[in-house]
Amino acid sequence: MFDLYRPGTSFLHRAPAGGKVLALAVLGTLTFLTDDIRIIAAGLAVALLLYPTCGLTLKNAWAQIRPTLWILIAIFIAQVIFNTWQLGVFVVARFGLLLLLAGLLTLTTRASDMIDGIERGLPFLRLLGVNPAKVSLALSLALRFIPVLAQITKDVREAQRVRGLENSVIALAIPLFVRTLRMSDDIADAIEARGYRP
Amino acid sequence: MIELTDVSVSYNDKVVLSEVSLRLTERRIGVIGSNGSGKSTFARLLNGLLLPDHGTVTVDGLDTKSQAKDVRQKVGFVFQNPDNQIVFPLVEEDIAFGMKNLGFDKATIAAKTEEALKRYDLWDHRSHAAQFLSGGQKQLLAISGVLVMEPSYIVFDEPTTLLDLRNKLTVTRAIRELEQTAIVVTHDLDLIADFDRVIVFANNRVMADDVPEVAIGKYREAMGDV
Repeated sequence: MFDLYRPGTSFLHRAPAGGKVLALAVLGTLTFLTDDIRIIAAGLAVALLLYPTCGLTLKNAWAQIRPTLWILIAIFIAQVIFNTWQLGVFVVARFGLLLLLAGLLTLTTRASDMIDGIERGLPFLRLLGVNPAKVSLALSLALRFIPVLAQITKDVREAQRVRGLENSVIALAIPLFVRTLRMSDDIADAIEARGYRP
Repeated sequence: MIELTDVSVSYNDKVVLSEVSLRLTERRIGVIGSNGSGKSTFARLLNGLLLPDHGTVTVDGLDTKSQAKDVRQKVGFVFQNPDNQIVFPLVEEDIAFGMKNLGFDKATIAAKTEEALKRYDLWDHRSHAAQFLSGGQKQLLAISGVLVMEPSYIVFDEPTTLLDLRNKLTVTRAIRELEQTAIVVTHDLDLIADFDRVIVFANNRVMADDVPEVAIGKYREAMGDV
């Protein structure tokens, strides 16, 4: 779901971002209201069909699942051990469906449109003392900076490998933490310098 | 004109800038100095990212303390690392960010985005993820994101430090071609060699303030490069 927007003219590309976010929330909730594997399987088939319909490839669909493959396998094994293999298939299929649907949202929606949609759709958050503009900017920053953080992690890991510290979690975590904090200061300054007033 | 009057700044009781008074009127001003000399603090004072503990900073008569929003529109800021300045995933979204904050309408945002991206040969990348641009392209995107906000002044904080020679030359050319007043904090002495004025910081004060040839000469002398 952290894949980035692919330009296109399909009906999902043209659909309002707020509607797509809402649809994802509703469909995501519905998957937890059923215990029928046939419904989840039908959902998976429709989601997979939507990828080529929207000008995307099945490779794009696989890219949504791939990063979580080990987690899915672990969930399946845990279900097989503590419950049944059928439940394992069901849980993994449901998780996969959620990932595919979330991927469809990010691949067919610009972050800025998603932010506008979320800001319009979450005014009730103000009643809870939460500013929707800040929530939507946080989401956008997550989409923007996950690849940057991945690159920093890679850089730090390489630097520690040179020092023979490739197996030390602390040697990776501390510099990563420090660099991320420094970066966050700069980002805050940059956002402020560009006139952001939530 | 940007004017600093008797400006001092401290962090945790450590003085980082002391009693600086300057009037910045030239179109190209370079700011140099050793690490920790106070030049980055100076840069951040100019658009109100940092406020002085003592003294005043004004931009065309606007005080950075009391009129911060207006000052930010007048003074753009380009950071050393463009990766920390690009806040939206896609190129064209990032350009639009500052304009949206200033309340520009959609048509203006679209027109100015196109103009800025075409100016720096980024138009074909408009729908691409910013993370896949080269270092120079990212810095040009950061400059574009500032330019579209129509500032009168642009402050650059070591804009070429992280770039290879080709990208450095591209960004240097972009700075030279700007119509706005550019105040460039840098260690790159070639970049500012033909500027109108160079200010040298040392020990948290202004050590020299002159034409490039003289000021850079004094800086080299102070650094033992003679």
